[in-house]
Amino acid sequence: MYLQDLIFTLQSFWAKRGCVVEQPVDVEVGAGTFHPATFLRVLGPEPWNAAFAQFCRRPSDGRYGENPNRAGAYYQFQVGLKPSPLHVQDLYLDSLRAIGLDPAVHDIRFVEDDWESPTLGAWGLGWEVWCDGMEVTQFTYFQQAGGIDLMPVTAELTYGVERLAMYLQNVDNMYDLQWDKNVTYGQLRHPWEVEYSTYHFEELAADIAFRNFDTFEGECKRLLARAAGPLVLPAYEFCMKASHAFNSLDARGAISVTERQRFIGRVRAMAKACAETYVASRARLRFPLLPKHLQQAAVDAYDAAAEAGVNAGALAAARAVAPSAEEIAHAS
Amino acid sequence: MPADLLFEIGCEEIPAKMLARQLVDVPAFVAARLSAARLEHKGVRVLGTPRRLAVVVKQLADRQPDLHEEVVGPPVSAAFAPDGTLTKAGQGFAAKNGVAPESLQKKEVAGKKGQYVVAVRDVTGQDARALLPGLLAELAASIAWPKSQRWGWGETTFVRPVQWLVAIHGGEVVPLSWAGHTAGRHSRGHRFLSPGPVEIASAEGYVEALRAAHVVVDPEARKDLVQAELARLERETGLKVRRDDTLLGEVIHLGEYPVGVAGEFDPAFLGIPEEIVVTSMRNHQRYFAMEQTDGTLANRFATMMATVVKDPTVVTKGNQKVLASRLTDGKFFVSEDRKKSFDAWNAKLDSVVFQAKLGDKAKTIGDKVRRLEKIAAAIATFASLDAPQIELVKQAARVCKADLASLAVGEFPELQGVMGRHYAKDFGLSPEIAAAIDEHWWPKGQGAALPITPAGALLALADRMDTIVGCFAVGLAPSGSADPFGLRRAAIGVWQILLSRPDWSQLWTPLFASTREALSEQGVIVKDPGAIEEFFKGRLRGILTDDGLPAQEVDAALAQGFRDPVDARERARACTKLPREAREVFKRIANILDDAKAKNLPLAETVDTGVFQDVESRLWNAFSAEQATGSYPELIQSLVRIQPQVAAYFDKGGVMVMDPDPALRTNRLTMLSAIFDRYVKIADFRLLAGAA
Repeated sequence: MYLQDLIFTLQSFWAKRGCVVEQPVDVEVGAGTFHPATFLRVLGPEPWNAAFAQFCRRPSDGRYGENPNRAGAYYQFQVGLKPSPLHVQDLYLDSLRAIGLDPAVHDIRFVEDDWESPTLGAWGLGWEVWCDGMEVTQFTYFQQAGGIDLMPVTAELTYGVERLAMYLQNVDNMYDLQWDKNVTYGQLRHPWEVEYSTYHFEELAADIAFRNFDTFEGECKRLLARAAGPLVLPAYEFCMKASHAFNSLDARGAISVTERQRFIGRVRAMAKACAETYVASRARLRFPLLPKHLQQAAVDAYDAAAEAGVNAGALAAARAVAPSAEEIAHAS
Repeated sequence: MPADLLFEIGCEEIPAKMLARQLVDVPAFVAARLSAARLEHKGVRVLGTPRRLAVVVKQLADRQPDLHEEVVGPPVSAAFAPDGTLTKAGQGFAAKNGVAPESLQKKEVAGKKGQYVVAVRDVTGQDARALLPGLLAELAASIAWPKSQRWGWGETTFVRPVQWLVAIHGGEVVPLSWAGHTAGRHSRGHRFLSPGPVEIASAEGYVEALRAAHVVVDPEARKDLVQAELARLERETGLKVRRDDTLLGEVIHLGEYPVGVAGEFDPAFLGIPEEIVVTSMRNHQRYFAMEQTDGTLANRFATMMATVVKDPTVVTKGNQKVLASRLTDGKFFVSEDRKKSFDAWNAKLDSVVFQAKLGDKAKTIGDKVRRLEKIAAAIATFASLDAPQIELVKQAARVCKADLASLAVGEFPELQGVMGRHYAKDFGLSPEIAAAIDEHWWPKGQGAALPITPAGALLALADRMDTIVGCFAVGLAPSGSADPFGLRRAAIGVWQILLSRPDWSQLWTPLFASTREALSEQGVIVKDPGAIEEFFKGRLRGILTDDGLPAQEVDAALAQGFRDPVDARERARACTKLPREAREVFKRIANILDDAKAKNLPLAETVDTGVFQDVESRLWNAFSAEQATGSYPELIQSLVRIQPQVAAYFDKGGVMVMDPDPALRTNRLTMLSAIFDRYVKIADFRLLAGAA
């Protein structure tokens, strides 16, 4: 199975089960979780089922294209199911069957791996899914994001595209993967890895990146505090950009251990502020992804509880509609 | 009729370590709940796999026994007013016990004078059928998990989403609902090998029914199965599986139906440090290492699948591929590390925070390393090391933490020290320094090996004392059960090392002093050294009592000094040989002398034997005939020999110490004090009386 067919198969598999096939976010991110389709959509009472491939940049993992398994950028295929269906594990196993990993042939296991993102103020419980000892998916029940308790809970499935493809194509080096019948992964990606490793480790101008970080943070704050009402989507974009600036500086070795914690705290503060503003803005829009007849109850519950904070409002809105969960969209 | 109860919570995959913990903790928890509910039974057994936790209660009663209870209340005089009506206290007592005021009885109560008000309650026992639904639901909800979660739209929290419930008592379904599920008699088989429901007729048939559905629900049976599989792999490969009980304990909870496979890796990887290979396999992949009969590592591994597959070689190949990539990483880390140097890593440690609260001059690991060099050099002289040895200790101190900045330790933190030892050899340092780097982390746990080389032991002492004193100085002492910096373990390590080296048993005092000095040079001042001493004393007490010495003897010995642990241990041991009579008379002397001291009564320079009465002479002569010094057991024997004279001195026909005549009194106190002083260095007799 070519790498692109792997993505096609997963897209069509999840589309059939009720997922919106989103496209990757056009801002540098370290993980699909940063995509607004995940980080923002998991918040509040609205249902959301989405699947997309995301190009992820991890500057510190760059190896100048010389390591067969590790690279400064790679692809994640991410699925977010909100609410998490009770049979989500079965759905997931069916997706493995769809790409040719049959549990009758392979040893598939769910091994504890709890997930936490200090920069996003997010955590969840779940597993890494092993196929013959290889981690092929991160499977997480999100409990909190941007410091907000999540209800309903989102199940996030993150497939490691290269790993799966290497397994399916039986190659030992990711650069030998066939992207399609004519082009290899290496032909597509190798020059990028060489140049970006050189850039991140040797050429990145730390002073500019530090300035960028400050600028992005300033813009994020400014847009959230805007007198005529916050602009949360652009604000969150600056949060993503600040996070990437931090990752780049980290790879460059420009951030000391003590400063590191401080930078993480600054990104988290942005993520948290965006998350709260986002929930409030969805309430103002009357939680539009809820069925029309449930919106009023959710908004009323939100308004009544939000004096105690956005978190309380979000939980109250969800509890107000939970008894009607069957009428709300869910993956199946 | 009493009958077996089965309660199974079906669940998505429970983390192995948490499952292992529950298998230990839940039986007592369930027994306590049943006892609170007054339901009798013949034992609780807990079974489980990653996908289920099951409680089996043997011969659980079908109803509570009827209860006849008499609760004693206030005296009749307090419960009733003189006119015979109930007082406030009487009414309150009736209400609290849920009985009608007119049903209160007046009774004599054993061991008490007068009449008391008694509430008599007769409660008819309820059917287990009525009690169990609520009891089981509450039980499920109150199992304590280190981390738990919600799922879907639900409010319930559990370790992972709950998928089904089975509850059967005496063949009948217990009707209960919890976590969005209604209990029935249908469990589920193995996810892949026997998907679908498995009907459970009764608790007795549970284990077999699941076994037929490819689920080995009894953890002991699963352990046997894993061990049998490992033995099979040993026979097939002609190698031995390297024993690893911790890993085994985890692996048995990674699947419901374990099947072993053995794989191999490129022998070229045997060229990198063995610990990297073994740790890569163990931590990342949960593989067992395999070894030749002579114990050398083989290029093979053993692992457990959680299912039966069509062709195990497919799974083996997959695992080999993953391992090859892990080992390539490990090899990369080591080869990159070997291009670096201890100096370069040490420079990095100047920006790695050890403990921020120590302040800017003392907080980094680099600062700690500079302290360790000073402390270790200072105590090395007390440990009678010669100049070249002391120089070696200082050199070892300077590099003992360097490997913390290496890639290999970054990837495998538990290899701190181990990699330092390898790299020290690679960088051309002496074997003694290499050993000291590794050993300064020892003992690594309870019962683990103690440092072998003097340099390793001195650094181990300095490192632990530095952590303890530093944390105490900045308000990070352990409180209650919370000990986030592992200070208790560190103090125990100090004592274990000192106890194992009798020549160094007096090292604690200079160790403490030089540590405080090194910290104060970096601006960290200890305000309450007494608290640290008490903390150390408490840990030594724990070690000695864990060794089987009675607490009273240990306390009495430690009260007279804890800084030399070997000496303290000998004194505590000697005390166990002291008979009860001797303890009592010496406690009496202690009390008299305390009393005299409190009253500021004077003592004389010498004892005046001229004014002695007979009983005094006999005691003084017996005492004077004893050796003034000796080993602790000898002193104890000496004390036992003079004990009858001491007893006679205090008995009828003896003397009164606190005589109205000040001269006599002073002489008697002086004599008692002289006798007491010789023995009291063993133990504080005030703490010893009463037992033996």
